[in-house]
Parts: sequence; structure tokens; C-alpha cells
Amino acid sequence: MEWQAFFLTLRLATVTTAILLAAAIPLSAWLVLGRALSPRAAGWFAAVEALATLPVVLPPTVLGFFLLVLLGPRTAFGRGIAALLGHPLAFSFDGLVVGSVIYSFPFAVQPLVAGFAAIPSSLVDAARLLGASPARMTLTLLVPGARRSLLTAGVLAFLHTVGEFGVVLMLGGDIPGSTRTLSILLYNQVENFDYAAAERTSAILLTLSVLALALIYSKAQKRGARSRA
Amino acid sequence: MLEFELNAWRGSFHLLVAGRFGAEWTVLFGPSGAGKTTLLRLLAGFDQEHLRGFSRVTFNEIPLTDVERGVHVAPAKRAIGMVAQQPALFPHLSAAANVAYGLQKLDRATRARRVEEMLDLVGAAELAGLRPHDLSGGQAQRVALARALAPEPKLLLLDEPFSALDGQASDLLLDRLKTWVRTHGVQTVAATHDVSDALSAGAEVLLLREGRRAAFGPAAEVLASERARLLDRLGSA
Repeated sequence: MEWQAFFLTLRLATVTTAILLAAAIPLSAWLVLGRALSPRAAGWFAAVEALATLPVVLPPTVLGFFLLVLLGPRTAFGRGIAALLGHPLAFSFDGLVVGSVIYSFPFAVQPLVAGFAAIPSSLVDAARLLGASPARMTLTLLVPGARRSLLTAGVLAFLHTVGEFGVVLMLGGDIPGSTRTLSILLYNQVENFDYAAAERTSAILLTLSVLALALIYSKAQKRGARSRA
Repeated sequence: MLEFELNAWRGSFHLLVAGRFGAEWTVLFGPSGAGKTTLLRLLAGFDQEHLRGFSRVTFNEIPLTDVERGVHVAPAKRAIGMVAQQPALFPHLSAAANVAYGLQKLDRATRARRVEEMLDLVGAAELAGLRPHDLSGGQAQRVALARALAPEPKLLLLDEPFSALDGQASDLLLDRLKTWVRTHGVQTVAATHDVSDALSAGAEVLLLREGRRAAFGPAAEVLASERARLLDRLGSA
């Protein structure tokens, strides 16, 4: 049972991280380059960044509830999606992906915005003068210059998805093989006083987290050693 | 012909200056903080949010900036090459790839030829494969110059680009550069706070002080007092 939940959690976190990076890289680049290219529109960029950060302060159960209602049969949007996919998004793996992407969005966007913004403006100016489009600047200047932020964003988004509970429970319920992730399994095991199983599940979650953080810090150390050399 | 009237506020600094540069080589001369970099950046199309009122820039009668008419041609579309005091080379790219960055529209063979030609011009042919962190300050400035020249701009803006080169190397590079811009019909505006640089250029000089035009004309006239001061110092040495 742990392994089923383990692989489901890994699948959810992998798919979520891939979608998050694909969405967060252009958005973060737009926020950083947009501020440099159109300083007069700074207010708009602040508003979009605030919106992208909202899931950090919103209780996960509240977010899960909003999504449950939005994606369920009560709204036209939910009914439209259900008609399009042939099944409702709520209480399905796809629904969990949607919830996870929204819930972990700030954890991918924030490191990327910080990493992109740390790239000297003189480099952005040089690229602009040489005719680089924003997309080319993102791919040839921002992404290579903020590789560590990219790794941090990926690992944080992955771990945050692995550990999420409130959104999963509200939006996905507890369906084995479909929406029962490791954290839901752990909750069930504790509720059933099966502490031996709960210890195993916790050990898996703990190992995943330590490995991922070790990856970030080992990269940071290698980079530090290189820059000292 | 480069014509401009600029009225810009940057924090507490106010640049209010007009000019009409027709010479092949014009020097912006002034102490640090006089507004040389601010002026060059505005001409290149950067920091346009600092402009006020009647500000306008035209190059060969084409309007590049006109605040009143809402004209702001993007930096990339001005056919301008610029070398700043800090070379700002892309750190993850080799010197050759830096020079090739602005040549995306050329086919591969022409691009490679142009890169080689430009690195050769600035005396950096042997640096082609090196990354910026392996270059000295002077070498990085040479590569930055090659990168700015590669797309063959019509107007070249230089902001103390040879500050990290020693006198002899700087003179040699300046000679080569002058020949190149003359051959290619490129108008150049070079900022410096070094009086010997300004005099050796033998060009027209715009003397800037605290964001205002203090004088404009041939170097020997505009910098007469600076020249006398320099000679006096050399004489007393």
C-alpha cells in the first residue's frame, strides 16, 4: 500500500514540477524583464506577483475548497471541464495536478524571480541593444545565469507537492491509486493507530526531503568552491 | 548627423543639454558625475522614463526619441553599438559567442567570418575560446568592443571603453578603431574624463559640467585650459 501511494506521490510531484517550471520560467522572466523594459508599468507587475504568491498565505484547505467548488458540477466552468474530459476534475489525479500546480506556484516563482533579478542589468541592456527578444534573453541569459535558482525552484515545488495535505484531501478525497498520496496515507495510518506503518511512511517522506535538500546544498557548495578557485 | 535636446531627471541629477554632432568622432568630456553616461544611455534608448518635456533625439534625420510625439524607438532598432565602462560580457558564453550574439540574422559561415574579423580587429583573436572569467579587464573590454562593432552599427557610443588598457595598447586600439569606423561610415561619440584621451582624438568636444553643456567645438579650443593645466603638470614633474 505504501508503494502504491509512494509512486502516485512521485508521479504527482513530477508532473506538477514539470508544469510549474514550464509556466513559472516565462512568468518570472516576464516579471523581471517587464520591470526593466517598462518601469512605468511597475504597478501591474506587482499585482501579478502578489497574485502568484497568494497560495503561500491562503490556508490549503481554503484553496482546496475553492478548487473543489470551481472544478465541481456547481459551476459552469466545472461542468465545461467535465464535458471536455469526460469526467469531473474533482476527485481525480488530474484534479490533484491542477490543485498542486496552483498550491506550489509561489515556490517555483519566487526563487526564479529572485534568481533572474540578480542578473546584472548591464547584461540585459547589452542583450537588448544586440537585438535579443525577451524570449531569447530568457533562454540565453536569464536561465543559464540562474541555474541554481532553477534547481531550487524545481526541488521546492517537488517537495512541496510531496508534502501537501489540505488541498489533496479537499480536492482529491482518499481514493487508493488515484488520489491517496503518502501524506493522506500517513493520516489514515495514524487514525487507525497503525504506528508501525506510519513510521515507514514518515521515513519515506523524510528520506525524500533530505535527499532533495542535500542535492540543492551540494550544488551550492560546488558552485561556492568553483567561485573561490 | 546626430541631433538631440534632452531634459532628464535621474534622482536629484538633472541633465539639460542639446547638441548637434556632425563630425565623424565626437568626444564627451567632463568629470565623473557630469552626465556623460546618462547622456549616452539616453541616446541609446535606455532609461526613457527619465525624460521630460521636449526631449528628442534624431539620427540622420530619423526620429529616435520624441517625448511630445510619443516616439521611442527601441534600443535594438536604433542601429547603435555601445560599449560601457564595464564590459558586461555574457559570463556563460565564450568570447567568440559573445561577439556572435548580435549576429543571429546572418548565416553561420558569414557569422563565423565576422566574429573572426572583429576579434582580429581588436587584437583578441587568440581569446576566441575563452570565457569572460578567464579574461583580464583589458581583454574583456576588447571583446566587448568587438561585440558592439560586429552588427555594423551606424552610430557607436563609447563610455570610457579603454579604461582598463594601458596607454600604448589603448592608443593602438584607438587607431585601429578610427580607421575601421571611417571605412564603414560609422559616427562615433566617445565619453572620457581623461584630457589626454580627448586631445589625442583630435575631434569635436562637448564639454559637460553638472548635466549642462559648458562648451562645444574643436578639442584644441574647448580643452585649451585643460591642455595648459596638463602641460603645466608635466612641466613641473
